Amino acid sequence: MLAKAEAGDTLDTFPKYLVLNAKRFASRPAMRHKDLGIWQGWTWKQQLDEVRSFAVGLSAVGLERGDKVAVVGSNRPRLYWSFAAIQSLGGIPVPVYADSVAEEMAYVLDHAEVRFAVVEDQEQVDKLLSISEKVPSLKDIVYDEARGLRDYDHTHLHSFEEVQAKGRAAIEASEETVARWQAAVDLGRGTDLGVMLYTSGTTGRPKGVMLSNDNLVKSALHGNAFDRLGPDENIIAYLPLAWVGDHVFSYTQSYTAGFCVSCPESPETVTEDRREIAPTYFFAPPRVFEGLLTAMMVRMEDAGRLKKRMFDHYLALARRVGEKILNGERVPLLDRMRYFLGEILVYGPLKNRMGMTRLRVAYTAGEAIGPELFRFYRSIGLNLKQLYGQTEACVYITAQPDGNIRADTVGIPSPGVEIKIAENGEVLYRSEGTFIGYYKNEEATRATKTPDGWVHTGDAGFIDGEGHLKIIDRAKDVGKLQNGELFAPKYVENTLKFFPDIKEVVAFGDGRAFCAAFINIDLQSVGSWAERHNVSYASYQDLAGHPDVYGIIASHVEAANRKLSEEPMMAASQIRRFLVLHKELDADDGELTRTQKVRRSFIAERYGDLIEALYDGSTQKYVETEMTFEDGRKGSVRATVRIVDAKVFGSAAAPVREAAE
Amino acid sequence: MNRHVDPRQALPQPDGIATGEVLLDVRNVSLRFGGVKAITDISFDIRKGEIRAIIGPNGAGKTSMLNVINGFYTPQEGSIVFRGKERKKIAPYEAAASGIARTFQNVALFKGMSTLDNIMAGRTLAMHRNFFWQLIYYGPALREEIANRRKVEEIIDFLEIQHIRKVPVGRLPYGLQKRVELGRALAAEPALLLLDEPMAGMNLEEKEDMSRFILDVNSQFGTTIALIEHDMGVVMDISDRVVVLDYGRKIGDGTPEEVKSSQEVIDAYLGVSH
Repeated sequence: MLAKAEAGDTLDTFPKYLVLNAKRFASRPAMRHKDLGIWQGWTWKQQLDEVRSFAVGLSAVGLERGDKVAVVGSNRPRLYWSFAAIQSLGGIPVPVYADSVAEEMAYVLDHAEVRFAVVEDQEQVDKLLSISEKVPSLKDIVYDEARGLRDYDHTHLHSFEEVQAKGRAAIEASEETVARWQAAVDLGRGTDLGVMLYTSGTTGRPKGVMLSNDNLVKSALHGNAFDRLGPDENIIAYLPLAWVGDHVFSYTQSYTAGFCVSCPESPETVTEDRREIAPTYFFAPPRVFEGLLTAMMVRMEDAGRLKKRMFDHYLALARRVGEKILNGERVPLLDRMRYFLGEILVYGPLKNRMGMTRLRVAYTAGEAIGPELFRFYRSIGLNLKQLYGQTEACVYITAQPDGNIRADTVGIPSPGVEIKIAENGEVLYRSEGTFIGYYKNEEATRATKTPDGWVHTGDAGFIDGEGHLKIIDRAKDVGKLQNGELFAPKYVENTLKFFPDIKEVVAFGDGRAFCAAFINIDLQSVGSWAERHNVSYASYQDLAGHPDVYGIIASHVEAANRKLSEEPMMAASQIRRFLVLHKELDADDGELTRTQKVRRSFIAERYGDLIEALYDGSTQKYVETEMTFEDGRKGSVRATVRIVDAKVFGSAAAPVREAAE
Repeated sequence: MNRHVDPRQALPQPDGIATGEVLLDVRNVSLRFGGVKAITDISFDIRKGEIRAIIGPNGAGKTSMLNVINGFYTPQEGSIVFRGKERKKIAPYEAAASGIARTFQNVALFKGMSTLDNIMAGRTLAMHRNFFWQLIYYGPALREEIANRRKVEEIIDFLEIQHIRKVPVGRLPYGLQKRVELGRALAAEPALLLLDEPMAGMNLEEKEDMSRFILDVNSQFGTTIALIEHDMGVVMDISDRVVVLDYGRKIGDGTPEEVKSSQEVIDAYLGVSH
């Protein structure tokens, strides 16, 4: 509410915002930290003082313009302050994942050529000292928590307090010090390198993403405007500092919008601390939402009968009307009144438990969220939305606007972001937040960013009828059918895996006439069906080959095909033939990775005969497969696997069907 | 690691005993229960600022020794000098008031009380307002409560148990209960901390954590620590000097290296054919 008139002020660096905020929001909270069981707070004015004295101290220690400084640790005020302090002197903070092993950290610090490091505690100091030989550029280390460090050699080791004290003394000694610091701040430009974030990268070495101050400021401002974030927001900082999401939500948006960031007491107390803070703006990967829901459901199982019935009743009501009310659709008055009662009796207390009473905007990103999970939170009145982003884009690529939310898309392009879909289905974007390049890696930069500013996301997707982006697969996994239509195996597989009876699917189609699939049934789910219908079976193989089971799976495939046929881009990928595999895909046999992801190429090789059978029109195939038992013994399974045609929908169906025969 | 100075040297010495001087001296102590000789003529000392381990096979008299030190048992012979004062007989509460705190082999916490309350209980000796003042809970009583709570919160922070601050200790896993117990002993701000098997029943990670806490207590607060422990690796790693008991007698005393190479100690642990 406050200072709306000044909200239009845009500056180009965060230290400048800090100085501005110390004026316009002087006595409003900027930072909180729970320490010794009590929330300690700092106003913007105090935050300026903390940052400035640390910065002056740092320059006394020897930090110079252009120096890279590693920041390692958990979410603590002093580490956030060090971002601004480093930037105010023209240095570049390089946040590093605190839990990365020494080897990995050595690589990042050496690659970034950091000269200083600001770290949390003894653990990090030890880690840095152990790799100091591999990082010749590293000179001094500043630590926050002194515990256990007293008897270390302090020639190149400084406590945060000591550096700050040095700064305070210099400020008191001469009035010029502040003026000099302010001059250093004024020297900062939007085009300067603002921060370097290393992407963890699933393959190969991490890459240092260089983001300019302009990138960061402008994306933050766009984000603020999109969700109307102002100085009244409240957030809790609990995600890794080195992750672009945390950097944007807890640092750049806080400085540009002027809201308060709360740091938890310890990583273990986040849930409790969040309840006390009740953030208005919240960001979490799906697993956090899943964990919260599970914890609550477990507690509900122990609740009394009355409470349990009330809970079930109102959750059913919420499922029916909750999301409509949130989206502002028309809902009968009676249901509205019931929902209001539910708010008092169930939803309100639930939200309070989860620390979401005041929640106005919540985002989930990082991976696909289960539609059920997503709807649950929305149905109890939480404005949970999906976002699609990358480090290279300062987070924002697409986001769902309020009131226009669907579980299976990631929303419309964020303000200031242009999106296009490449020939091969890959999503490309261009925006003011687009990174400068990868540090010391021209080759990777060229491969990712085109000369005219488009960035390859590596994800394949399409834009649906209403302009929402839908991500379907990794771009490198996307292939083409013989007729040139796009084939995204993961999308097809996920559509099928939506059915609880189906545990795993491997879809084929790249370079083929049509799409076909291997299916693994879910032994638990199908097994309980068998029990209810008096179907006896001896093994997985036995059950998988049962004619009735084939019937069930065929109906699921049909339903999936119907769904696929509704998507113009996916209609050609309907499954025309499938088989239920005679053995479960297993990581022990190398068919899955240890994280339960399908190893496509390996399976294609191992089950080559079966794949051919899918495409040569045969109705059954005899196979022998070697497998590893749980105790490590090897054996082989023999089976005659039936191959079945599935019903397809839409216009594209007929010609391909003929081609198959 | 660049440990070039001993920090304890620099600590202030409020009780007039310098680091390295004898804090507790056990002189020719013998303890009998009827005809059973638990401890026979044992002498050793504990110097201020050190970590002193008491080891020995089962039934060697280690826990009895601790019980003698904190006044729970009164030895029939011998005497104990603590902070320069000799005493023959002392009640456990007097021992506590004189600056000795301990933890127990089997965790002895108030199971139904929260971590916070358990550690607050360790501050009892620092609470000077009487019951009626505390009932009023205003003015001096409130100030006292706040000061003590602060101390307790520092300990909670130190032991990294913020997340269980309000959890009843009965619901906590064993390793954490041990940590809470250490917290309660620390709350008394003892000059001498007795730890009876602080790592019994712990897994490797918990042991490493506990070792770190013990070392940190020792270096941060300068607390002198006497501990009984069975895990030889731990004992050899963290203690400055070791006393070895066997069948109630002292069979070794010295630095971990000296003790490790003593034939008598090896015999006691590995057994010898007679």
